[in-house]
Order: sequence, then structure tokens, then C-alpha cells
Amino acid sequence: MLSVLDNISLSLDAYLVLAGLLFAIGSFGFLARRNAISMLMSIELMLNAVNLSIIAFGAFTISLRESASVIALIVIAAAAAEATVGLAIVIAIYRNRKTPLVDEYDAMRQ
Amino acid sequence: MTLPETIPLLGFGWDDLLFMILAGIMIGSALLVVTMKDIIRCGLAMIVCFAALAGLYVFAGAPLVAAAQVLVYIGAISVLVLFAIMLTQTKAGPASLVFQTQAFPAAIAAAVLALLIAVTVASTDWPEAGARIWTDTTKLAQTLFADFTLPFEVVSVLLLAAVVGAVYIAKREPGGSD
Repeated sequence: MLSVLDNISLSLDAYLVLAGLLFAIGSFGFLARRNAISMLMSIELMLNAVNLSIIAFGAFTISLRESASVIALIVIAAAAAEATVGLAIVIAIYRNRKTPLVDEYDAMRQ
Repeated sequence: MTLPETIPLLGFGWDDLLFMILAGIMIGSALLVVTMKDIIRCGLAMIVCFAALAGLYVFAGAPLVAAAQVLVYIGAISVLVLFAIMLTQTKAGPASLVFQTQAFPAAIAAAVLALLIAVTVASTDWPEAGARIWTDTTKLAQTLFADFTLPFEVVSVLLLAAVVGAVYIAKREPGGSD
């Protein structure tokens, strides 16, 4: 039964399944949470899942070896920029509406 | 004293055990991030998740990315998120209702997504996938500064624009109400 787990750290499938699981958790958090910052945190989880799959492909494919790391570093930088702007927007909305809960942002509905 | 080649009783190697521990920590803390009620604790669980992910990057043979993960995610983004949480806490404390009304369908959709990805990954035969290889940091630097110079420069401009834009968006209006 445990033979599936043999050499699991050397199989591409394990990393990709892990990344898919992390992405699904992040998408659940993004869809289900009420707090805007929780949603941003879920987006960070999804970006990390994508990064993990990029790194996994780079680790098991010779032609991608250095490029994968470079792409992952660029994704990390883009994620940092996204987090900065996203949190600034949340703080700006909080200043006007006095709540971080996204289901109370209904100005466009009226 | 030297460790035995494989773990007694279980029969797989120490690498695999460490990989599974890191994967378990990562998935468990990610679940805590999306389900816990107190959002500060969600932020702290996110740090644990990022740390376990950095360990997985080392396992996948990318130590420089692991270092960048620790520096950027644990060092910068987590602190930014924690600051934003503390700036937007309402005085009534954490909201009693954590999830939207659509939480249950969202959970089903996420479970189906995870299942689909797992089935697709398991049934695909990756043609070029070979043994695990370590990334040489010297070669990585040469690739980054020779082949990827333009993306590197574009990213630096993007970061500058994001920082300036964030300061502009988040700053108080002069003569505003608060």
C-alpha cells in the first residue's frame, strides 16, 4: 500500500498534484471569504501554486532548467507588485466605506 | 551514528518522509488560511504555508527561488498583509460570519477542480520528464541577465510603478473627512 509513496519526492506528478491542491484551496478561499484581505491572501496562495508547478516542471525537464527559475522569480516580483496595489486599494476602500467585507461594497448596485 | 538507508517499518526514504511532512504542513496551513475565523491567524498561517513551500522549492532543486520566496513572501508580502489587516480591523472585532452565502458551492467547485487537476496529472505521460536536476545558480544568473534581460528590466519598472501607485492610492486626501 505504501509503495505509492516510494520515491515520491522524485516524481513530477507529486509536485503537480500538490500545486493543483494548493490552487484549489486558494480558489475556494477567493470565492468563499467575505473579507477583502482574505481574498487577496487566497490570490497569493494561487500564485504560489502556479510557481510550484513552474519550479516542478523546471526540475524535471532539462531544457527548462534555468528558464523555470527565472520565470518563477519574475512571477514572485509580479506577485509582490500585485499585493502592494491590491492592499492599497483595500485600504482606500476601507477609508471610504469603513468595512473590509466585500459583500457590503454595494455602491455600484444602487 | 548513521541513519539507516530507509525508514524502519515504513520502507521509504528519508527524503520522501521530509517531502510528505512539508507537503502536509503546506496543505494544512493553506486550509487554515481559508477557513480560520480570526484573520490575523490566517495571516500567520499564510507565513507557515510560504515557509513550507520554500522547503519544497529546495526539494525541487531551486535553492535561489527558495531564498527569494523567504525574502519576498515571508519577509515582505506577509508583513504587508499583516499591516493591512491591522489597518482594516473593525472595532467590533472579527466578523461573526466568515464565509459568503456561496461558500458551499465554492467548496464543491474547488474540490472538483482539485480532482480534475489530479486526474489530468496522473493520466498524462510527461514526455520530457526525466530525473530531478539541480539548478546551478551561476547558470541561472547567466540566463537571467543574458536571455531574460528585457523581462528583468520590465519587472523593475513594474515594481517601481506599483510602489508609486500604491502610495498614491492609499494616501489620505488633503482635507478629507479623516
